Formats: sequence, structure tokens, C-alpha cells
Amino acid sequence: MDAFTQLFEKGRNGPCRPWPRAEVSAAEWTALTGHLVAGDLVLMGLWGDAGAAHMALREEGGGRLAVATCPCPDGTFPSVARHHAPAARLERTVRDLFGLVAEGAPDPRPWLDHGRWGVRHPLGTSVRAEPAGDANVVLAADAYPFLAAEGEGLHQIPVGPVHAGIIEPGHFRFSCYGETVVRLEGRLGYVHKGIEGLMAGADIARAARLAGRQSGDSTVAYALAFCRAVEAARGIVVPERAHALRAVMAELERLANHLGDIGGICNDAAFALMLAHCGVLRELVLRASARGFGHRLMMDKVVPGGVACDLAPEGVAALRALVAHARAAFPALVELYDNTASLQDRTVGTGFTRPDHVRQFGAGGYVGRASGRAFDARRSLPYPPYDRLPFEVAGRTEGDVNARVWVRIREVEESLGLIVRLLDTLPAGPVLAELNGTGEGRAGEGLAVVEGFRGDVLAFVALGADGRVRRAHLRDPSWFQWPLLETAIEGNIVADFPLCNKSFNCSYSGVDL
Amino acid sequence: MRKLLLQGLFKAPLTERAPEDDAVARLAAELDGAARARLGRSLSIREVDAGSCNGCELEIHALGNAFYDLDRFGIRFVASPRHADVLLVTGPVSKNMAEALKRTYDATPGPKWVVAAGDCAINGGIFAGSYACADGVGAVVPVDLRIPGCPPSPVDVLTGLLALVEAGKG
Repeated sequence: MDAFTQLFEKGRNGPCRPWPRAEVSAAEWTALTGHLVAGDLVLMGLWGDAGAAHMALREEGGGRLAVATCPCPDGTFPSVARHHAPAARLERTVRDLFGLVAEGAPDPRPWLDHGRWGVRHPLGTSVRAEPAGDANVVLAADAYPFLAAEGEGLHQIPVGPVHAGIIEPGHFRFSCYGETVVRLEGRLGYVHKGIEGLMAGADIARAARLAGRQSGDSTVAYALAFCRAVEAARGIVVPERAHALRAVMAELERLANHLGDIGGICNDAAFALMLAHCGVLRELVLRASARGFGHRLMMDKVVPGGVACDLAPEGVAALRALVAHARAAFPALVELYDNTASLQDRTVGTGFTRPDHVRQFGAGGYVGRASGRAFDARRSLPYPPYDRLPFEVAGRTEGDVNARVWVRIREVEESLGLIVRLLDTLPAGPVLAELNGTGEGRAGEGLAVVEGFRGDVLAFVALGADGRVRRAHLRDPSWFQWPLLETAIEGNIVADFPLCNKSFNCSYSGVDL
Repeated sequence: MRKLLLQGLFKAPLTERAPEDDAVARLAAELDGAARARLGRSLSIREVDAGSCNGCELEIHALGNAFYDLDRFGIRFVASPRHADVLLVTGPVSKNMAEALKRTYDATPGPKWVVAAGDCAINGGIFAGSYACADGVGAVVPVDLRIPGCPPSPVDVLTGLLALVEAGKG
């Protein structure tokens, strides 16, 4: 029996639903790391807790998920990143927030902690005393040592955290040879709000609202992931109609974001016409969402137990009208994208992301699917109502900006079809489960994976006996996409960075927590 | 492409009427005396995300689409604070962004105004009380106008910005 099956079996009687969680020894933890390196397991997340580190793992090609927990009585656990690079920033985060040190980690620099909070290890309880004068503990923002790029004629371009456009803050350090980028290193953490600190001790209604604000563009996906984890922990059965309405919202969110991205990518290639037309379609999606669900971004509409409001017949009509309009207008835009040589000249071959990197990092969303990784949580880890809905998972193999645009185009078309199918088969009945009495007063844990527009969002929620959140962690898909952006820009010119960046459209807020 | 452009010529514009005058006037009245200095009829805005969840950014972005067409009011977003009259700030001001916000403010030439957009920017909103937040823009730089909402809709933001222009006329 391999290490994963052992973990899976050991966790069967554990506290976590629907996927198991079990404590493992340091040796077992390291054995599991070996499977990550070998590629038969995919890292789905790594996060800290009071005196322990958790690691969510998925069988490559299989539908099984499990969480390994490594107790850290002395404040340390064996580093995963030492052997498996995708864990690096996650381990740095665990250290910053909990003070748990990944023994043998390749990168000792802090990540989220910029030395501005006035506290260290704000979520930690088992803080290991750092040796005095450890330069890595509290660093002035300006003193962050970026990775070196050395050679004759190299120069650095620092960008951010305040950027030129209306986007989130982050710092990018380019090392260039002439116009060519030799190395890019990102430094994030600027929008760290302490979400996990605020969630701990919160009741589930407030925690769901917080979850919906970890990354506002994915508010439906985040709220859905959080609620599914809570429902798993407490054994709440969500009504069928609520499942369907949640999926309608999720597809509307995907539509709005993909339309915005397609326009934005073309605009970053100086083709404003696409932005104008996609912007109109995006606005229509938001207005139809507001008419159907009462909020343009549908914030706080997915709640534990179901959805906050039913979809009225007028809402159904508004959504049907939206789909009809989008289906009529979108093909001309696709044709415009496909037939504009000056635009293709910018997107084809730009920002190539290697398929082996995508596999190693377990990168989801359009980043993974444009580089030949077929993973889509709606298909690979199916949840209602997608487990009974026919739909195509878009995929390309070229791995460039163009491929990421095409994956989005196909997903826009697919989402339009899904919305129609969901509305056609909308079950009648209640939209919110009765929460009273279901699992209340019983501690429990839930794990959920939901496909947001930019990839899979993982949620882990541990509820205390008082019904409040003891620990919640939501892992943004961008954790495994940001590092790949740094590889995608290598060898491209500086002027193509906005294009590459927009084609990834990673979340800052989602990973800054 | 020609067909799309031609359609654009012959179809009625999508752009909608400006928000109601009294809402603008009400907000303009809320602005304090300093903001009543003459701005001319145009505003240059530098948007600063100081820890938002990016929801506000989406709606501020939407101001550029054909329905709201911010440019027609003489309001535009600029790439540098040195070109700006107004800082439009979102988010509760994460402590990791506080210095960047302060520096952006200092880099903006006077006369200048600060607009706090969204519930978080006003008082920290749902993130108030966190170890990592300053609980509102006012804790770091002086605020002239507050636009509530989570996130404020494009019309809300537009109404607030027009109030600044109105105040400038007075």
C-alpha cells in the first residue's frame, strides 16, 4: 500500500469530510513529499494550524483527495519545498503567520510579513524562539533581498506596488538584458488583511462573508467553496434548487471575468476595440446578475445551507435574454480576434508556459488548460450539479497567451450553454436548508474544492463545538500560477509583460490573505 | 472588423445619462471648504488599491465601458500620482500598503483630494479590527469624500466624482 492510500485509510474515521485527514509522522510526511516529486500526487494546498502543518494532496488522474497533518511539537516540520518547489511560498506563509518553520526550506525569506504588523506570527500559538539577530525575521520593506541576476549589461526595473493601471498592488522586479527579461521575481503580500485571523472565532455567517471577500472577482467561487466545506463538516443537505442556482451564479461569474479578461488582454496588445465590445458584454452580465440575484458581483448570495435569495421568473427572463444577446454578439468578436493579424502577432508564441511546469505546480484554470493539463474541478472532482451536467472542458497545448485567450473563449461559450441548461432544468423547492439542529454543537471539519474562473479554490474549515470557525483556510488558484508567470515572461520583452500578466490574471488579494 | 465599426456608426450609443443632479448636489455639499477650490471642469484620478478584495477595482474599471463612459465628463485615470488631482483609494489600508499610500499621497501635487471608495476604505468595513489593517483611509491620509458600498456600483462612484467636479465649479 503506498503512502497516499495509507493516509486515506487512516483518515477514514478522522474528523474531516468528505475527504479524510490524518496525522502523519515526519517520515510519512517526507514520503508523501516524494510522491509529489514523482508526480503521482498533486499539491492542493499547505497551511498552518495551532502546532501543526496541513498538506492537501490529490492523486494525479484520480478523484481522491486527502489531508496530511504533521504535528509540530517543536515548531518545525520537514520542508516540502526543499524537494518540491510549488510549496515554497506556502511554507513561507506558514512561518509568517504561525511561526512554524519548514526544516531545510530553500528560501528563508519572509513572504506576507513585511515587518509592518506590529506582531509576529499573529496566528501562531507555538512560537519557536528565533535566534537573536536573525536577519530574516523582520525586514524593512526596502531591504527584501531579491534573487540575483548577474552579468554584464544586466539592469533591474522595479515596478510597484502602486501600478499605472487600475489593478491590485504587488511588486515586480525585472532583471533585463536590453529589452529582454532575464528574470522576474514577484513580491506580494501588500494586500494582506489578516482574513484567516478574522475568520478564527467568527460565526459561519460572518466567516462566509469574509470568504466572499478574499478575492472579490471570485466571490461566488470562494463563498461556494467555504459553504461546501461547512456543509460537509456539519452534514447539511443543500436543496437541489440551491445547487442549481449556485451553479448559475458560478457560471455568470466565469462569464463576466472571462469577458473582461479577453477584452483586457487585447487592450494590452493595443487593440482597444475588443475591450470596448467585451466591456459591453461584461456589463450586461453584471446587470443581469443584479436583476437575477440582487448584486452585480453576487456577493453574499451563496450562504451556508443554500443561497440567500431565490431566482424570480423575471430574473430567469433577464438571464435568458442575456444569453441570447451574448450568443448573438460573441461570435463576431471571436472572429475579430482570430482575423486580426496585428493582434495575433502579439499573442501567438508570447508568454509560453511549459507543460511540465504546469504539471509540477498543479496549475489549474486557463493557465493549466492552455498548457495541456486537463484538470477542471467541475469534472475531475465533480460536485452538484456538475456531476450530472454535460459540458466540455476546454483545452489547448500551445501554452502561450493566445492559447489562454482561446481557452477563455471556449469557456465563455460553454458557460452560456450551461446557464441555459441549468435554467431549463431548474428544480422547484426551497433554496435554503434548515440549519438549526444539523450538526450544531458538534465539532467537525470539511474540505471542498470548487472551480472558480481562474482555477480551483480549495477550502478547509474546522468548526469548534460552539459552532464557530476554529480555523479556515482558502487556497487561491493563483498560489500555483504566480510562480509560472515568472517562467512565462523569461526571454520575452518587457513590453509584453502586461500582456502575459493579463493572460494569467492572477489574484493578489486571493494569495495575500 | 469593418462591419463592427460600421455597426458602431449607425447604432444608437449605449452611453447612459449622467446620474441625477440632486444626488450629485447632495454629495457636493458634503465636501468641505478646501475641496471647493476651483478644479476646472476636469479631474485626473490616480486609483490606489490599499488592500481591497479587488471588487471595488472591478466596478471602477467598469466606469470606462460604453455605458458609463467616464471620459465624457472630463474625468480620466492617470498613470502617475504626479499627474493626479484626486486619489481614489479602495480597501481598508492594509498595514503593508500604508507606506505606499502615504508616499503616493505625498507625490500628488496640491491642490489634491482623497476619495475613499467602498465600505472598507471608509472604516475598514468587514476587515476592521484586524492586526493587518489600519481600518480606513482616514487613518493614513486626510479624506475629502466617502463613497459607501460593497463594492459601490459604477453609478455610485460616478456620482461621487461628479460631485467633486461640481464642488470645483462653486
